[in-house]
Amino acid sequence: MIAEALAAIRRPSHKPEPGMADWLESWHIDIWLLALLLAVATLGVFVQYSASGHSIEGVISQSERVLLGLVVMAAIAQTPPDLFRTVAPWLYLGTLLLLVLVELLGDHAKGAQRWLDLGVVRFQPSEFMKLAMPTTVAAFLHLRRLPPSLFTIGITLFIVALPSALIAKQPDLGTALLIVAGGGFALFLAGLQWRWMLGAAAALGAAAPVLWTHLQEYQRQRILTLLDPESDPLGAGYHITQSMIAIGSGGTFGKGWLKGTQAKLDFLPEAHTDFIFAVYSEELGFLGVMLLLVLYLAIVGRCLWIAARAQDTFQRLLAGSLAMTFFIYVFINMGMVIGLLPVVGVPLPLVSYGGTSAVSLLAGFGILMSIHTHRKLIAN
Amino acid sequence: MARRRRRISLRNVSAERNSFLRRIGLAVAFCVLAALLLVGRLVQLQIIDTQQYSTRADENRMRVVPVAPVRGLIYDRKGVLLAQNQPAFMLEVTPEQVGNMDELLSHLTEVVGLTETDIARFKDHVRKSPRYRGVTLRSNLSMEEVARYEIDRYRFPGVDINAGLTRNYPLGASAAHLIGYVGGISEDELRAAPENQYLGLTQIGKNGVEKSQEDLLRGEPGAKIIEANAYGRPLRELDYRPGYPGRNLYLSIDAQVQQVAEKAMGNFKGAVVALDPRNGELLALVSQPSFDPQLFVGGIDSATYQQLMGDPARPLFNRALQGLYPPGSTVKPTMALVGLEYGVVTPEHTEYCHGEMSLPGSARKYRCWKRSGHGPVDMADAVMRSCDIYFYNLAMNLGIDRMHEAMTAFGLGHRTEIDLPLEKAGLYPSREWKLRMRKENWYPGETLNTGIGQGYIQSTPMQLAQMVARIAMRGAGFKPHVVHATEDPITRKIEPVLPQALSKIDLKDNGSWDTVISAMEAVAQQQGGTAYAVGHNAPYRIAAKTGSAQVVGLRQDEIKAPTQESLPEHLRDHALFIAFAPAEDPKIAVAVMAEHGGHGASAAGPIARQIMDQYLLGYVLYGNESAQQPSSSVTPALVPAQQQPPGGIGENLPPEDDEDDR
Repeated sequence: MIAEALAAIRRPSHKPEPGMADWLESWHIDIWLLALLLAVATLGVFVQYSASGHSIEGVISQSERVLLGLVVMAAIAQTPPDLFRTVAPWLYLGTLLLLVLVELLGDHAKGAQRWLDLGVVRFQPSEFMKLAMPTTVAAFLHLRRLPPSLFTIGITLFIVALPSALIAKQPDLGTALLIVAGGGFALFLAGLQWRWMLGAAAALGAAAPVLWTHLQEYQRQRILTLLDPESDPLGAGYHITQSMIAIGSGGTFGKGWLKGTQAKLDFLPEAHTDFIFAVYSEELGFLGVMLLLVLYLAIVGRCLWIAARAQDTFQRLLAGSLAMTFFIYVFINMGMVIGLLPVVGVPLPLVSYGGTSAVSLLAGFGILMSIHTHRKLIAN
Repeated sequence: MARRRRRISLRNVSAERNSFLRRIGLAVAFCVLAALLLVGRLVQLQIIDTQQYSTRADENRMRVVPVAPVRGLIYDRKGVLLAQNQPAFMLEVTPEQVGNMDELLSHLTEVVGLTETDIARFKDHVRKSPRYRGVTLRSNLSMEEVARYEIDRYRFPGVDINAGLTRNYPLGASAAHLIGYVGGISEDELRAAPENQYLGLTQIGKNGVEKSQEDLLRGEPGAKIIEANAYGRPLRELDYRPGYPGRNLYLSIDAQVQQVAEKAMGNFKGAVVALDPRNGELLALVSQPSFDPQLFVGGIDSATYQQLMGDPARPLFNRALQGLYPPGSTVKPTMALVGLEYGVVTPEHTEYCHGEMSLPGSARKYRCWKRSGHGPVDMADAVMRSCDIYFYNLAMNLGIDRMHEAMTAFGLGHRTEIDLPLEKAGLYPSREWKLRMRKENWYPGETLNTGIGQGYIQSTPMQLAQMVARIAMRGAGFKPHVVHATEDPITRKIEPVLPQALSKIDLKDNGSWDTVISAMEAVAQQQGGTAYAVGHNAPYRIAAKTGSAQVVGLRQDEIKAPTQESLPEHLRDHALFIAFAPAEDPKIAVAVMAEHGGHGASAAGPIARQIMDQYLLGYVLYGNESAQQPSSSVTPALVPAQQQPPGGIGENLPPEDDEDDR
């Protein structure tokens, strides 16, 4: 299979000299994505240093995770996309089993049951689901006629709902949301009819009061806080109020790297994890934020480009879904930190401190690179 | 498999791909819109409202820490230090850094000695303050204790010795009532104080000059702006705005005169007030017994306070300003002036003293202190020999209404308004007063008693000094004051406190002043004068009047008063003495009140004489006539640290004193 791919790569190039890009592509690495990811990760390491209170250990640990993620990414990139389709159901079922295990005997961290300790490694199975979900839905829809029939939609929703419910119950609303987004975007890109989307929106609106009562008390509080963070600036609104102060006080040019006062003086909670964007905004200002946003959008753009050029339904849906999930990742994190969305535990990709998150994200980019670099030469 | 292949074969691959590309287009549009939403919000936060958030970020991290100003120093008129700020070593414990607090405290007790009160107060403070903040365990460590601590320092993590300033009174109990003291600020005082003026301060003037001049002595608090983290822990200083130290005060008192007065008082309870009649400056103010003002600094413990409060000698009571005594015969010179002014007597008018008299239509006897009688006395004799019969008649002719009006003008019955706290107004009775307070009419006999300074009259030693000062100045008068000048501690610019003239007492005939003043000179200079023994050998002319105030009234049937010496001390009369000198050019006016001293001349007179000696001569001549050594009574501590101004003592007032030019 690799020989095939290599043959495809070694087709006559429009470039006279084989450059770095070509060499990397021969190893199934997309130079654009790699460069953009490294740029964001580098920024991330610098902000991490500042947000963690000048902790070299933190920076090293974060760098190790990013490097591990890059290795995983490269490994997955070598794998032909068809293999993902084949293993998708097993990956899905395996992860589902792990989620049930978490439910039964998981570790508690900050009041939520997310971690599974296998002795050697301690990890969150829900992170696997971020990859397993779009792959499985794409693999399933690949088999169906598109646009999807009502039956197809029903099965898809079931596939999505089962693990999402388990994760939401942990409770980890942020990850559940991302997993729903992963499946949902696959369905959307598969050509889900507008009437179903509107119908779903209407149904969701109607069910909102019921959902509200099923939320945890702190989750409800977060939504209320969003509407008026100043109503309780020392209690529920403290987090978001301090975050907005950090961001707003950064101004256009920022206070300068390592010069943010909100994080350094501990006014901003969770400064090096979920709220690291506030630290970044405080220190690098509006212009720095624009740079980061442009980098993220470029990554999303590159991924959608890969999706557009993918060669079968499975690859398109998978690539598109991964791209959009990544965007949703960024959007939810920034949105909550700047006070547009309720606070849910979604890290800022490649910048927030956290192992499983960086690895699973980069594994996703490995899939995208695999899709991009395993294209066969076929006549249109 | 066949079924699947068929399905796949039915797919319109191209249509699916086109549909997918349209959806990708929609996805891109979604991303762009969502990103614009983020950008819009960021523009609002970071560009439009950034000022507001910057302010709030600063408010988060900046703490204003007040810096206490250094309290002004207090000097006497020649620069002798009366109140200063002394570096003190304080033992501070930061609870956060201490492992086992009880163990630490018991170890510390071995090293520096802690009382149970110290520990109880400390534990109370620890509970109320954040754990990272140092709490004072003991203040005023001795050098020895500091040294002992330093040796064992390694055993006490979290314990520090800090240097601060505490108020110190070098003269100790001397002039304690005058200087006053500082103590911990109470809730009430803080509420009454101007806002923000006590930031960082723990002490406030509680009495004396420390209280009355609090606003000058205090200074302006400064501030440090420090950066603190979310838990309030200070991290670094961002800004420092120095405050302004309090003004230094130069009091008009002369510490040497003050100490001579205190020494002269000996074991008498009582008071001395000496004024410069030319400007109202207080030269000395004594109230005996006194107390150690240092006890109050930093808070007095309740046992000592109860002991002071319960002392029957009442050391905390300022007799000079709060003590109310009948003025006795010391009112006679003033009464003589009033009699002359209203024309009820002439200098030549003579009364015959049989030792007693009665009012017409009454059997009640009014006795002269001299039972055998003075015989014929004119005004000069009456003052010189203090004849009561003469002044009974004078009072009877004046009537209480005119007496009240005139004597009030000389300062009796109302506060002198000296710049010291807690002054009492005293009382000069009137018909109106008696009707209001006692619901009774005024009886003529009461006019007679009032005429010799007995009865309802109550006066403070301060008022008597002011009264004699006004006679000395022939009616001119100044509001008594104790602050002579104030000094800016930084620019060293000295601002004098100008004397405040009171409205002059004008007599129809200025000769009346001469008549009465020469009678007062005769009291001290002429044989037969009640204070001849005190005044005749002074190298300057003294004008004086003795007095004694009855503590126990004599019964009507008591023909012969018992001698003062035969009475138990608490029943003896109060001895009074007022004087000014030199008579022809008065520079000092004195009032002495010796409780249960017996006779004014023998008990109070010598005290006044020694004060005048010290002030006018620079040493005490009285009682040391044989010795040629001057100024033996002055303790070496009193020699001013500043250079001694040239010229004789008493004459070397700063230039702003030349009121002759005004």
